[in-house]
Order: sequence, then C-alpha cells, then structure tokens
Amino acid sequence: MTVYGWGLIVVFALVLTALALPLGRYMAAVYTGQRTFMDPLLARPEHLLYRVIGVRVDRGQDWKRYATSLIAFSLVGWLLLYFILRTQTLWSFTGLNPMGYHSMPWNVAFNTVSSFLTNTNWQYYGGETTMSYFSQMAGLAVQNFVSAAVGISVAVALIRGIVTHVATSERDSAKAHSIGNFWQDLVRTVLYVLLPISLIIALILLSQGVIENFSRYLSFTGITHIAQTLAMGPVASQEAIKLLGTNGGGFFNTNSAHPFENSNGLTNFVEMLAVLLIPAALVFTYGRMTGNRRQGYAIYATMMLMFLGAAAVCYIAEAHGSPAQHVAGLHTAVRAGTTGGNMEGKEQRFGIAGSALFNVVTTVTSCGAVNSALESFTGIGGAVPFANLSASEVIFGGVGTGLYSILLYVLLAVFLGGLMVGRTPEYIGKKVEAREIKLVALGILITPLSALFSTALATATRAGRASIDTAIAHGPQAFSETLYAYLSQANNNGSAFAGYSGFVQPVAGNVGSHGITFADLLGGFTMLFARYAPILFALAVAGTLVNKRVSPAGLGTMRTDNPTFVVLLIGVIVLVGALTFFPALLLGPIVQGLTGHLY
Amino acid sequence: MTIRKELVRSLVAMLVFTLLLGVAYPLVVTGIGQLAFRSQANGELVHVHGRLVGSKLIGQNFALPVYRHGKPLYQHGVLVTRPDPRYFQTRPSGTTPADNDAATSFANYGPNSTVTEKAIAANIAAYIALNGRYYPGGLTAAKVPVDAADTSASGVDPDISVANARIQAYRVAAVRHLPLGTVDALVAKYTIGRSLGFLGEPSVDVLELNLALDRL
Amino acid sequence: MSTTTAQAPAAGPSPGRRQAVSVLRGDIARRALRDSIIKLDPRVQVRNPVMFVVELGAVITSGTWIAQVFGQPALGGHDPAWYTFTIAIWLWLTVIFANLAEAFAEGRGRAQADTLRSMRQQTVATMQDGSTRRAEELRRGDRVVVVAGELIPGDGTVVEGIASVDESAITGESAPVIRESGGDRSAVTGGTRVLSDRIVVEITQEPGQSFLDRMINLVEGAQRRKTPNEVALGILLSGLTLIFMIVVATLRPFGLFAGTNISDTTLISLLVALIPTTIGALLSAIGIAGMDRLVRRNVLALSGRAVEASGDVDVLLLDKTGTITIGNRLASEFVPMPGVSEVELAEVAQLASLADETPEGRSIVVLAKRYGIREHDLTQMHAEFVPFTAQTRMSGVDIDGQRLRKGAGDAVIAMVAAEGGQPPAELRQTLDRIAGEGGTPLAVARDNQVLGVVYLKDTVKEGMRQRFDQLRAMGIRTIMITGDNRLTAKKIAAEAGVDDFLAEATPEKKLELIREQQAAGRMVAMTGDGTNDAPALAQADVGVAMNTGTQAAREAGNMVDLDSNPTKLIEIVEVGKQLLITRGALTTFSIANDVAKYFAILPAIFISTYATVRGGKGPLSVLNVMGLGDPRSAVISAIVFNAIVIPLLIPISLRGVSYRPVGASALLRRNLLIYGLGGLAAPFIGIKLIDLIVHNLLGA
Repeated sequence: MTVYGWGLIVVFALVLTALALPLGRYMAAVYTGQRTFMDPLLARPEHLLYRVIGVRVDRGQDWKRYATSLIAFSLVGWLLLYFILRTQTLWSFTGLNPMGYHSMPWNVAFNTVSSFLTNTNWQYYGGETTMSYFSQMAGLAVQNFVSAAVGISVAVALIRGIVTHVATSERDSAKAHSIGNFWQDLVRTVLYVLLPISLIIALILLSQGVIENFSRYLSFTGITHIAQTLAMGPVASQEAIKLLGTNGGGFFNTNSAHPFENSNGLTNFVEMLAVLLIPAALVFTYGRMTGNRRQGYAIYATMMLMFLGAAAVCYIAEAHGSPAQHVAGLHTAVRAGTTGGNMEGKEQRFGIAGSALFNVVTTVTSCGAVNSALESFTGIGGAVPFANLSASEVIFGGVGTGLYSILLYVLLAVFLGGLMVGRTPEYIGKKVEAREIKLVALGILITPLSALFSTALATATRAGRASIDTAIAHGPQAFSETLYAYLSQANNNGSAFAGYSGFVQPVAGNVGSHGITFADLLGGFTMLFARYAPILFALAVAGTLVNKRVSPAGLGTMRTDNPTFVVLLIGVIVLVGALTFFPALLLGPIVQGLTGHLY
Repeated sequence: MTIRKELVRSLVAMLVFTLLLGVAYPLVVTGIGQLAFRSQANGELVHVHGRLVGSKLIGQNFALPVYRHGKPLYQHGVLVTRPDPRYFQTRPSGTTPADNDAATSFANYGPNSTVTEKAIAANIAAYIALNGRYYPGGLTAAKVPVDAADTSASGVDPDISVANARIQAYRVAAVRHLPLGTVDALVAKYTIGRSLGFLGEPSVDVLELNLALDRL
Repeated sequence: MSTTTAQAPAAGPSPGRRQAVSVLRGDIARRALRDSIIKLDPRVQVRNPVMFVVELGAVITSGTWIAQVFGQPALGGHDPAWYTFTIAIWLWLTVIFANLAEAFAEGRGRAQADTLRSMRQQTVATMQDGSTRRAEELRRGDRVVVVAGELIPGDGTVVEGIASVDESAITGESAPVIRESGGDRSAVTGGTRVLSDRIVVEITQEPGQSFLDRMINLVEGAQRRKTPNEVALGILLSGLTLIFMIVVATLRPFGLFAGTNISDTTLISLLVALIPTTIGALLSAIGIAGMDRLVRRNVLALSGRAVEASGDVDVLLLDKTGTITIGNRLASEFVPMPGVSEVELAEVAQLASLADETPEGRSIVVLAKRYGIREHDLTQMHAEFVPFTAQTRMSGVDIDGQRLRKGAGDAVIAMVAAEGGQPPAELRQTLDRIAGEGGTPLAVARDNQVLGVVYLKDTVKEGMRQRFDQLRAMGIRTIMITGDNRLTAKKIAAEAGVDDFLAEATPEKKLELIREQQAAGRMVAMTGDGTNDAPALAQADVGVAMNTGTQAAREAGNMVDLDSNPTKLIEIVEVGKQLLITRGALTTFSIANDVAKYFAILPAIFISTYATVRGGKGPLSVLNVMGLGDPRSAVISAIVFNAIVIPLLIPISLRGVSYRPVGASALLRRNLLIYGLGGLAAPFIGIKLIDLIVHNLLGA
C-alpha cells in the first residue's frame, strides 16, 4: 500500500462529494419543476418532445398509472432492442457494421436485451467480436440512457411519495394521489441530466485518448512484423453513458481495462466519478426535496462510510497479493518502481489502488464496469464486490435504484428503531404501518431471494454447470464464479467473474456461435424479475405513503438525520445482507480468503 | 384504452430517443472528436515511414516467429513466437496471442488456483530466461516485478512498470551494445508519470520506448 | 409447589393499583403447562408462522428419528440416532416454551378475570313496575330500582335519587362513592353495590356487553385482536422466516457443489436457529402482558389499538381544575389597606377563619402562620362563630365584642357602610385587580373598618411541573384547558409549566382545538368526565373517561380510568410506549442473535469442506471462533440456546422493557446498545457455556 493509493481513495471521496452537492441541488430543481439555468436551452425541445410523444405532463399519475407507463415503455424498449440485435446484418446499409458481423443467437440476445433493459449490462458477449457499431449506438446505448432514466424516475416518484403533503381538505383515502408523471420524469432526466453530463464526460475522455470514430478495424504488422488488429468504434460517446448511467456494458470485451475505453489514470478517475456522480447527487436531491437536507446527509454518510470501508478492505487485500503469487515465489511488497500486490488481471497504469477502487465503485453501484479481472482478485478482495452485491446495491447503488432501494432499508430501520423508542414508527412524518412493511419486506427480499434461487438452480443442474470453464476454475473459484453471476444479474449490476460463460463463439462475427440456453434464460429472467418486481414495490410504497397525513416531528419522534440512525441503518443493511448471504459466501470467496492453499 | 395508448406513446418515445441518443449524440461527439481531438479519437496511431506500426495505447507482442523446417511454426492455428531480445517486452497475456484477432479478454486466473500458480511460474521462468544472464547478480523469482509475471487485464496493456523496464534495460543494452545509461535515459524519458501528479501508477510505454531505441 | 403470591412493588401514584399476579402461583403455572401442550395443535400454531415452522421442523426430525430407530438409519444421513433425537426434543421444547410464554400471560389475565367473574353473581333486577327479571336479560333502556344492600344489575345511568355505592369490586378503592341523578356523577356500573338509599337506574348496555364482561374478555385475551404495529411486525417476521427458508434450502445444493452433504436434521436446526423464534414466541405474550399492566393500573382500555395509540400521543389536553390545580382556591397573599399592617390583617383574617372548615378558610389560617401568628384557641376566647350564609355572603367570629368578618367584596363594603364606616378608595382597585388576574378577593373587616383583602387563587398541584417536564422529555406537549380568561390562564399555565393553554374554553372550542391538532398530524389524548366532554373524548385519539363521570363520557372515550385520576394519562402513555419498545427490543435481540448462531453452526457444517486432506479440517473450520467441542455439540448448543432464551426472556416480556422519559435518540441509543450489541454478544457466551456442558457430558 502506498500514500498515493490511500490518497486516491480520500481525494476521490472528497471530489465526489464536492461535485454531487451542486448536482443534487440542480436535480432537485429539475424534479420539482423549478427553473434551471438549462431552461433557455432545453425548455423548447422538452415541450416538443411531450407533443411528439403525446402526453400532457400537467396531469400527475397515481402509482398504478405511473407503473403502467413504465412497464409499457420497458416492454416496447425490450422488443425494439431485440429486433435491432437480431437483425444486425439488416442495418449494414448504414455503414455502421464495417466488420460485417452477423446477429447473435436468440438466447444470447434474450439475455443481452434483458440485461440492457434492466440497467444490468451483464454481457455474455464480447463487444468487439459480436456487435456492429449500429447495434451498440442505436440499440444498447439508447437503453443505457433510458434504463438509467427509468431508475431515476422511480427514485423521484418514491421521494414524492415520501415528501408530498396532501392537504387535509384534499386528502381522500379512497383516491390515490399523484406521485408525478412518468413521461415527464423520463424526458427531463434524459434532457436535463444524462445528455449534458454525458457530453461533458465524453469530451474529457476523448481528449485523453478514448477513441471515437467509425473506422474499420485496423490491421497492421508491428515493428517486429507480428500481425495485429486494432478494434475501433465510437467508444467515447458510449463510454460516457455506460458509466454515468451506472450501466457498465463495455464497448470492448475487457470493458474499462481496455486502453481505448480507459486510457490513463485521469480517465480512470473521471470514469469512477461518472459512476458515482448521480447516485451520490440524488441523495442530496432527496434531502432537499424532504425540506431537511440533513435527511440526505444521513443517508449520504451511511453510504460513504460503507463505501470507504469496502474500498479500504479491497485495497488492503489486493495490495497483500494472492496465494498463487506467493506459491510461485513472487514478492508482492511495494518496491521501487513496482506496485507490488496482486497485479494478476490488472493494468499497470491503474495499479492496485486504481483497480481496487474502480471495482468497488462499480460494484457498490449497479454499474458493473470493470477495469481489472474480478475473478483474479484475492479471496478477500473479491469478497468485497460480493459483499457490495449482498447489500443489494444500496451503497450509492445504481442511478435511482440505489436511492429507492436504500429508502426501503431506511423504512425498515425506521420500523425497528421506531418500535424501540416506543412510538408507531414514522418517517419524515409519515407512519410506517403494516402495508408499508409488507411492501418494503417484499421489495427488499426479492433481490437476494432471486440471487440465491438462481444460483441454486445453476449449481444443482448439469445445464447450469456447463457455464463453468473447468480448465480454469475449480473448487471454491467455480462456486464463486456461479454465485457471482447470479448475484450480479439479480442486483442488475453486470460485473462478472468473467470465466462464467453463456455464449460460445468460435470466431469473431457470430458465425457458428451459439448460446448456452440455460445460463442465458435463467440470467435473463433473473434480471427482469429482480428489476421490475422491486420497482413495482417501490412505486406501491410511494403510492401508499403519498396518501398519508404528515405528523410533525417532536422530541419523542425517532430522528432519522443523526449519527445514531446512521449506525442503525448500517446495522440493518449489513445484518440483512450478511444473514442472507453468509452461508453462500463461505463456500466461495471466504474460503478463498481464508486459505493459502491452491485448488 | 389506456394500455394501448401507453404502448403507442412508448413506441414513439423509443424511436425519438433512438434518433436523439443513438444517432445524433454519437455523431456530435464523433464530429467534435474528429475536429478537436483527431489523434486521440483515432487511437493515437503510430506510423513509421508512413507505415502503421501500432497504437501508443495498445500493447503488442515484440516477438519473432519461431521457425521449424524453415517455416513459421503454428500451434492450434496460432503463430508460435519468441521474444525479440532487442526490444523491451510487454506484460504477459494469458489469452490474447499476437494474432490478427481484435478480441480482448481476461485470463480469469483465480487467486487460489493451481492454474494461476503454474501460469505465473511459467511467466517468471520465461522472464528469468530472457533477462537473467544480463542482470547483475542474476534474477530470482523474488526479484521479478509482479507486473512481469502476472497477466494484464486487457491482454493489451501497453505499459510495464519502471522496475520491469530497468531490469530489461540490462538485456536491451547488452544485446544492442549500447551503454546502460543511454537505455536507462530512454526508459526515464518514456515513463509516463501519474496523471495530474497523483492519479494512476508511473508506467513505461513499451511501443514508444522500442521505437525510440530503433531511432538511436 | 409454592403458592406464595409475590407482591408487586406499589410504584406510581395510583392508590388502587391491582397486584401483579405472580408467575409463580401454582395454579397458574400448572394451567400454563397444560395449555402449552394443548397449544401444540397445528391449527393454533399456524397463526404464528415463525413457530409453525419450528413445529414442522420438530415433526420432521421426530419422524427421521423414528425411522432411524426402526431400521431406516439411512434417512438420517450420517447422523447418529441420538443426535436426531436430541434435536427433535429441543425443537419440541422450543415450541412448548413459546406456548408457555403465551399461556403464562393469559394465565395472569385469567386470574384477574376470575376475581372479576366471581362478582358477576346471579342478580335479580326489580323493574320500575315492580316485576322482576334476571340481570342477563336486561336490555338498553330498561329501568330498574336498586335499594341499599343490593347489587346494581347492569351498567346504567341514575335517573332518580341519590345513593352511596361501593365500587371497590371494580376500582379496588374501598371508600364508597356518591352516585346521583343528573350531573356528572350519574353513571353506575353493574356488579357494584348500593350501600344506602334508593336509586332508579336506566340500563345502558345490551346483555353480555357490560363493563364487567368487557373487562373480563380483555384481561383474558379472548377478544384480543392484533394491534396495527403487531400486524406490521408479524409481517416482518414472516418475511424474515421466508428468506431464511430460502437461505437454508439453497444451502443443500451449494453444499453438494462443494462436496458436502448436509443432513436434513442439521439444515432444520440451522433454519430454526435463524428464524426469529425469540420474538415470534414472545410476541403475543408481550401484547397480553401490556394489557394486563394497564388493568393493574386500573385503566380499562376498550381496544388494544387504543393502548398502542397512547404511545404515539403528541398532545395532551388537560383540564385545569382538578387536574392541574387543586380545584379549590387557596389564600396566597394578604393585601392590607393603607394604615393597616400586613400582620394585623393576617391576624384578623386568621381569627375570622378559625372556625371555617372549608379549604379556603383553612388555607387562610395556614398562610397567616407565615406571619408568625400562632394559632388561637377559639374556645378560650369566648368567641362566637358566625357561619357563611347565602344571604350575608360572609363569615367570621365575634370576639370580645369585636365583629371580625371576611367575605365577598360587595357584601363587606355593604356591611361596613351600614355600620357607618368608609371603605378606603384603594379597596375597589384591589378587588378589581385580583378579580382581573383570575383570583378571588375576600375582603376582611373589623367592625366598620376594612382592613384589607385576602388574595385567594388557584394553586397548582405539587409535582405537576416535574410531570410536565417528563412529558416534554417524552416528546408530548401539554395543553391546559380552562374556562378562565386568557390572563388567568396564562398565569397558571406558566406556573404549572404546561406548553400551551386554551382559555375561555367551551366544548365547541375544545373540539375545534382537537381537530386543529389532528389536522396538523398530531395524536391527541385527553381526559374528561362530563357529558359535554363526550364529543371531544370521541374525537381525541386517546380519550380517557373518568369512571366517576357520566355514562356518555364513558362510552365516548376509548379508555376508562377506574381511579378517575386525570394524571393517569402519563402512566397510560408509558404503558403504550413500553409495549412497543419491548417488541422492538426483543426483535432486535432476536435478529442480532443470528450472527453467533451462524458462527456456531456453519463451521460445524463445513468443517471438512475443501479440506486438503480427505476428512481433515478444511479452511472454514477456523470460523469456529467459540472453540465449540465438535460439530454435533455445536449444533445442539445453538438449538438449546435458541430454546432456553425464550423462557429466560418471559419475565422481560411480561414486565416490559423499562422505559425512561428521555428523548427518542437517547432511548434508541440505549436500546440499540443493550438489545443490539447485547443480542450480538449474549449468544456467543451462552452457546459456549452450553457447549461446555453438552460436549463434556456427551464426551463426543
């Protein structure tokens, strides 16, 4: 470990906070319909869009209508993307399929489409050997934008459910009140938030060497006359939204480890910031919308503490090196001119800290981008991404998903804590009662349940075990690989212990390739279920909370904006995650971390 | 009917978003890139005498084909090579042989795997075999920098650590009959520091270093 | 078996507090033991999902054991029969312990109910027309005549006559109370006895729904319906149970993948250890005990919901008179006229009041003592007492020919004028000032000279300020309700330390205030006794009617205080809070326990998983941080701990977690520390101790 390594973590946390605060304020304005400095530029196109789509945004939607719009939009998006991917050759006329790649098989397409719809970006395919530029741009990247916008919309709707104070005279318990308008949230998120920031990030990345062109792949022979091919493509534009929308689906197979996606220490830093920027800002947005910024700070503190803990553990573990290295005789201490540590599957320019932090950043969120091989992380270092996923992506989490997920945990903590102070639990003045607890419990349990269930199916069946590359992975690593695959897909994360495969592709371009149907379908359904079920529960919670009367806080009310609550919340998150996944984690990463023995 | 109305709306919205986000947005970025950051946008390509020899950002295999019976040797359709001792060598790659395939991929060597241990041991052996006899006092596994024995993530890591370059410098200097100081000076010259002074690790760009050697 | 009855400490201010019925009472214990076996009926258990899962586990393990014994050893996997048997026994015990907790709580309630029921003798009612009817047949609207010595046959309102009534049966208070027609003391309760005179009572209840009936049902838990928070908690516990079922079910394939076959018995043990059995077992006992605690404080809640709501109260409306102030005006100041010393005025006022036995008169004597005036003995002074009459509106004494008088200002002025005296100009000013401040002025005269004025004013009861401070610390605001003018109200409010007041209150204004507070999202509690309080009592979230009040008030509120003590609300709030805290604390404890159970059971299961030597210890064996003897004793110890923690916690769940009136944050910190951290640590110690016994005993 080095001063630079620790410094990176600290500076990152500070810069992130400094950027997230103003963005949070801006987003609060965007979602409460206030004027922003972007209005002169964007108000016209915004209203044009509403006209084209045919919606009247002055009409709010109750939670059921909101959910209906969301599901309809997702369904159409799914079909459109499936169509684009399955007709890849059809679009060659655009000139955006320079390598003449064929369409991917149906089963891999099913998995991929479900993956991008759900903001997961789990990839059984390698971008540079499978996808045309057209598919990446017009298909995948569009979903990278809108799936992010859907997540944010749900978060904003839940916030409204919590903070809206329906006047007594207008309250009608039989009538469901508005939690906003889905179309408006969607359009405003895309226009006011995602697009402008993506442009800025894309340009920064471009300036540092992330490529952006439509050229054919370049073949050449190097200075010793060995032949090589350079994959090309419009990477910078896709890279920006891949990170900003916590999507994570790489343009290239090696994702952000590829120098054309992530070219130096600065791009690595910018990419990490891009991932956490919106999830962090949304917490401040939330604080502002509740009218008590401290509510936001408390959640931010919870997230930041857990994040820093995860980063520290991962960094220490990776800097220590792996049993395989030690048995082979390597010295893994830091020495002059070398990073030391476990450099297996890591890039020299990022080193240990830059790789450990990047992967913590992308696994606490649902980003799933990687700049190093997760499967090659040490047992404990690799257990950190596992733990992040086990905490159900609430440490910042995906754009929107992180906030609405942690709010469900907050309600759970409020319930437990509220009982312990002897009052019917209430949050921001609204009582948490049986109906909320039912929805919250279901919303929280869906993700871990589907992860465990799918992993069990995949480990117990021959068809499931077919995805494990037994030449590389055996013993606990094979289990880790499988568990991670379904944990990642259930959490809509998308990062992978990449040895686990669902696609067999003998040559680039999909000729003669075939999917592993079991893994493709199980993963696809896991992602869809674990995305949309919690969304519906979160919206239902918004729907029931919005109708509640608000009680003013008194001395007897449990405060949710002080350190005691932060401790309680961390306790609840850790306990739920640990109790659910501890047995499974034992057999994978924990075994790997506990032993110096090789398998 | 509401559902049908919502589906139609969704379709219109998706088509508009596809035009805006899937077509216009990348075209704008590409336009700016090709105008303002031409070199970066096209991959920092390096030409020698008008011939493309690689990208500053992509590692390559500075190797020579192995011949058998006067013909290049192939194994499983992949050209067998040996490191060219005149050049600095990039990091080992577990997966991507230097063929004309553009695919990149992780080796996925687990931390507790015998497969990993064997691969690392083989890389150490190869490194010592190549550099050991030039290095004062000889090389042992313990002296091999981790980046020289562990495979990179992308398989096309363009960089090596400074320590790795300094060990290889003895060999390159000896093979090329150059003073060690000259080679070390080049290593220092092509060492990319941390971005903004604190981001990332100091690394040596192998392609640029090798090209500079050839220019001497 | 011991039959001693432990005395509950008589804490708190209420005099008529019932005794806690001891858990140790032999008959209750025997009945509870029997009930806990009867409750094993799956139709009973299915209402509690957590314990139902345990019972299911007990059935399966028992079946496995029987199969092992009768020639199917393979069914038990690698487990020996004694292991399966031990686990099965302890699973049954877990269910029985849970039943025992509930049965004890019910038993204590039942004992209370039996006392009540013994009063519900067969009463024959005499109707107004002279006919007789059995008490059970009386309907609303019937009029019955009750004479001295008879039991009142049902709840009702006195419509004619006045009588003293012995209500000790329901209030525990032995002094008889007066019940009369009209006014606020007209309600009578069935089962109480008329001691004197004759009254006509209009019955206000339908058969089987008398006060007594409801009280019996309530303490027996027969009509216990789950309260909203209990329902919510139940859902959470079911959710946790569900997830642990999946966790344990998926562990089988995971184990097989890693080459470890885990037996059904061990998996079931893990499941039972993980699901929140502790709180699941104690949940209903906590609820019943909460109700019981309330009854012991002589408060009758008409629903569990009301008890829970009382924990949420934000605003307390208290009547000034009788609640905050003593109700009688007491002398607080002597205001002499010019030329008269304070001491002189005090002495005359004292003499004039010596024979006055009213609280006002006594208070003047007490105040005068502060001026160093010793008490005179009237009998030695040839004094003649002149009592107060409505005509003279004054009282006093004649001593040695001097006429000492005290009385209403006007009356005294009139008397002085009639005697040829000249009341000083300051007198009128003083009288007006005192009246303006809400006090009552009493003019004092000697013959034709007005000496001064005694300032009588409302006096705040002792200890009220501390009570309100306590309430404030709980987060409850108190609002004083008074008919006084703003000025007076403000003074008394400041003196008593209430947060706010409503002056010149009328029933309408009171109702409006409650609605206002509720619209602002606050939960309002109030006490009341009069018929005109009824709308407000009904509107309030927690309305406590005084038992001495009218039937209308008693029906409008959702609680009745048998002691008719308006400050009882504070205790009610405490009981409500305690109820929730106990549930929350034990839930936290229960969940926190799981960590240690994991560390006991999982290393035992995976002791040789991924071992380098076949059958040797694998890397996961280092997680046996407690150093438990061997895998089987580890599992057994966890299960034994899981079971015996239930009876160990029965006292806490019956007594309730202690509540201190401190802010929510301090309370949360304290309970998190005790039940959260304690819940993490306790089982590590407990399981280790049990393992020491089990492992050494079995020698395994």
